[in-house]
Amino acid sequence: MSTRTRLISSLVTAVLILILAQGLCAQTATSAGSPNDTNSRLAKLEQQVADAKGSADNAWMLVSSALVLMMTGPGLALFYGGLVRKKNVLATMMQSFALMAVVTVLWALFSYSFAFGPGNSFFGGFKNLFLSGVGSAPDADYAATIPAQTFMVYQLMFAIITPGLIAGAFAERMKFSAMLAFTVIWSIIVYDPMAHMVWGKGGLLNASLGGRFPTLDFAGGTVVHVTSGVSALVCALYLGKRVGYPKEPMPPHSVVLSFIGACLLWVGWFGFNAGSALAAGSLATSAFVATHFGAAAAAVGWAGAEWIRNGKASVLGGISGAVAGLVAITPAAGFVKPMPALLIGLIAGVFCYWMVAIVKAKFGYDDSLDAFGVHGAGGTLGAILTGIFAVSAVNPIFKDAQGNVLPSGLLEGNAHQLLNQIVGIAIAWVLAIVGTLIILKLVDVTIGLRVSEEEEVQGLDLSQHGEEGYYWETSA
Amino acid sequence: MTKIEAVIQNSKLEAVKSALQEIGVEGMTVIEVRGHGRQKGHTEVYRGREYSVDLIPKTKLELVLADTLVDKAVQAILGAARTGKIGDGKIFLSRIDEAIRIRNEERGEGAL
Repeated sequence: MSTRTRLISSLVTAVLILILAQGLCAQTATSAGSPNDTNSRLAKLEQQVADAKGSADNAWMLVSSALVLMMTGPGLALFYGGLVRKKNVLATMMQSFALMAVVTVLWALFSYSFAFGPGNSFFGGFKNLFLSGVGSAPDADYAATIPAQTFMVYQLMFAIITPGLIAGAFAERMKFSAMLAFTVIWSIIVYDPMAHMVWGKGGLLNASLGGRFPTLDFAGGTVVHVTSGVSALVCALYLGKRVGYPKEPMPPHSVVLSFIGACLLWVGWFGFNAGSALAAGSLATSAFVATHFGAAAAAVGWAGAEWIRNGKASVLGGISGAVAGLVAITPAAGFVKPMPALLIGLIAGVFCYWMVAIVKAKFGYDDSLDAFGVHGAGGTLGAILTGIFAVSAVNPIFKDAQGNVLPSGLLEGNAHQLLNQIVGIAIAWVLAIVGTLIILKLVDVTIGLRVSEEEEVQGLDLSQHGEEGYYWETSA
Repeated sequence: MTKIEAVIQNSKLEAVKSALQEIGVEGMTVIEVRGHGRQKGHTEVYRGREYSVDLIPKTKLELVLADTLVDKAVQAILGAARTGKIGDGKIFLSRIDEAIRIRNEERGEGAL
């Protein structure tokens, strides 16, 4: 080889070696990595997992909110609408609908603050007026994985439906203006304080946040059903009977509408009860199952009682039974196992049938749509049974200072809880009775509660709203 | 001209209509009514409250026919509407003073 050739081949070899060496160095540089890269990637991953989990919870809670609103419109509107006479169908539905609008405005302006603000044992205060402080960040005291706004709008749907239930007692004879005035004041002086006591920060009866008399009320047995049901009884007694009651026949004008409404209530109730888990985890599942089982067993109970007593099981009885079961399981849904849920439903179905078919007739009060018989009595029964059947295995709500789980209800060894349940129930009863009496008196002396006899006979659709529900007789 | 008013069971309407068409009756008015003669009603129960329903749904037919057709029509109705039980209904006949066709003001039996 010539000197020149030797030189060139050495040069090429050297360049090749250099390139190879570069490549090796580059590889080893990336695979080693600094500790900071891994940590920041882990932190990012943890954030993404939390976001994903929060997404699931938020999705479920938004759906639940929609389900609960559906319970009012059209669920309750149809259920009650079908039970009244044809001439009052629109007025009855309007009572539900008006609440969807009016209570929402109240809630946005100040009612949410009164119920869920960080006030004292009885009242939430003014901190969240105009929803100040209620944004996309979670409120850890209430629900740590969903925006505070989600929690607020979910609770709003409960505030809407609760006064709607009272309408069952004064159906077919209350002035629309009086109903609006009544509902606005009732929402503020009865619902907000009760909601605060059971579910609000610092609430006297709050089982999750260390209340003095912790009342187990998962989704509103006391807050929603006892308050509205007892208020309904007071209204029925104060307003008096409908013209012609009980001699004139006033059968439901459309059990078909009531049926549709009841089924919408049953499905919507999954949002009401399972949504009260405030997350999409196994507690929501447990509450969902308990809710469904309670409804089913109660439908069997009521229809069965009717079959025995009257020889026939009626459709109205079946759906009323289901509703009674749903009411009774409401405080218990997130605390009891499936078999006790069945039992609670069965007891509620028979008990509420007795209240409606026998007790009401005996005392003679005109609770037109059985708001007291189903909600007041059913809610009270459910709250008591919750104290009996609640178990920590389903929901470890009570813990000692060291974090050990304590028994929840009577059968698990906590007999004291029944007393707490009774305190909660009693407070609901007293608040409902006193509050309702004050409001009724106030509205009666200012604008008058009841329509005139002529208006009542003509029907509220025409006299209060200038409309007819069905225009079928007139051909085009 | 004679008016026939027949209150019959709802379930017999089709049979009576066919029987009347077969004998050449060309017009009738059908009304949904409620009422009772000696037939007892029934009881309905809603949430433990009993309601006795004693006005029973029936169907009423009104026909105005030429006198020559009346007997045949009555026989047709009786044959088609009868079940033999209480609640079958009743037929009433009355005299009609005048009949007028709205379309062309034709009067008398020609208007039927």
